[in-house]
Amino acid sequence: MDFIDPHLHMVSRTTDDYETLARMGCVAISEPAFWAGFDRGSADGFRDYFEQLTAVEPKRAAQFGIQHHCWLCINAKEAENVSLSREVIAMIPEFLDRPGVLGIGEIGLNKNTKNEATVFLEHLDLAIEHDQLILIHTPHLEDKYQGTRMILDMLCDDSRINPDRVLVDHVEEHTIGEVLDRGFWAGMTLYPVTKCTPDRAADMIERFGGERLLANSAGDWGVSKPTAVPDLIYQMRRRGCDESLIRRVVHDNPSEFFAKSGKFAAPVR
Amino acid sequence: MKSRSAETILDESYLETRAKLLEVAAILDRIDRANGEGGRLPGDAAKRREQLTQAINILLTDSADRAEQIQQLFSREYDPDWRATFGLLPEHASNSAPQSRES
Ligand SMILES: [Zn+2]
Repeated sequence: MDFIDPHLHMVSRTTDDYETLARMGCVAISEPAFWAGFDRGSADGFRDYFEQLTAVEPKRAAQFGIQHHCWLCINAKEAENVSLSREVIAMIPEFLDRPGVLGIGEIGLNKNTKNEATVFLEHLDLAIEHDQLILIHTPHLEDKYQGTRMILDMLCDDSRINPDRVLVDHVEEHTIGEVLDRGFWAGMTLYPVTKCTPDRAADMIERFGGERLLANSAGDWGVSKPTAVPDLIYQMRRRGCDESLIRRVVHDNPSEFFAKSGKFAAPVR
Repeated sequence: MKSRSAETILDESYLETRAKLLEVAAILDRIDRANGEGGRLPGDAAKRREQLTQAINILLTDSADRAEQIQQLFSREYDPDWRATFGLLPEHASNSAPQSRES
């Protein structure tokens, strides 16, 4: 089945991974800007990273017939440094008109601090000012519930935000309901240890239906599995789910959401 | 969605669940052995060990959302007044007051 991985950090993966993804049916990837595993020393470090996301990765993906799109921001971890964040936010508009850029992301919270929230709010201003879609990272483990509630507060307190243009990622059993209830799109991240398994993701699809629900691998430089979306497809088939529901979650929903950027059309075979 | 019968689900996940329970049992045994008879875990570790017991108790209930309850158990608490605490009150306020949303 053709699928889209809406959250995959290909800068951290090998070219072999692109080939494997293509063989498994991947037609498009969206890559949010994230933490490189170390704190970058200057805004120029981010300029180079944005160059890589918008110019280098699309070419690498195209070799295997995969569309590559991206999201730009300074991630929640480095957002603890407010002055650096402001420099990066000021530079982002230079890149927003590039063809593969879908919006601002993955912005969010990490340890749910005041600095992170301050930078999150400034990213929202940036997105609104430039009419961009928003992709949101919610924190992990014990910080997830609190951080997700704080993020939803900031989004819902702002009358300029249209929930239909925001994807809230890494939802789990205790956060998915509220995200969907408030009209946002929700992403489930399939991850070997700290996040959600294909089985639990399939449970959430059973409970909440397929509307506004996406699934991703969030593959990165850590222990992760870039082919986790095919694992979910396999798991849903084993359960006897309708093909149309599977396709909706792994292909049609990401297509519909990304198309709101005006820069995405799902590849036609 | 075509749903499998409860019996089918149990059949398919029985061995996997048995293995996971054994894994948890062995981990608890390992902790106890390392702790020695009558030994006590230090403050923070004791709290975390107690959390594991609470999680196991959630498994013993009949509720329909055990997974969600366990997630909540391992979560930091949310304070609906956090924006005031941080001095980050909304500038572009929408109609609903943030406080009214906490259920
Ligand atoms: Zn990510």
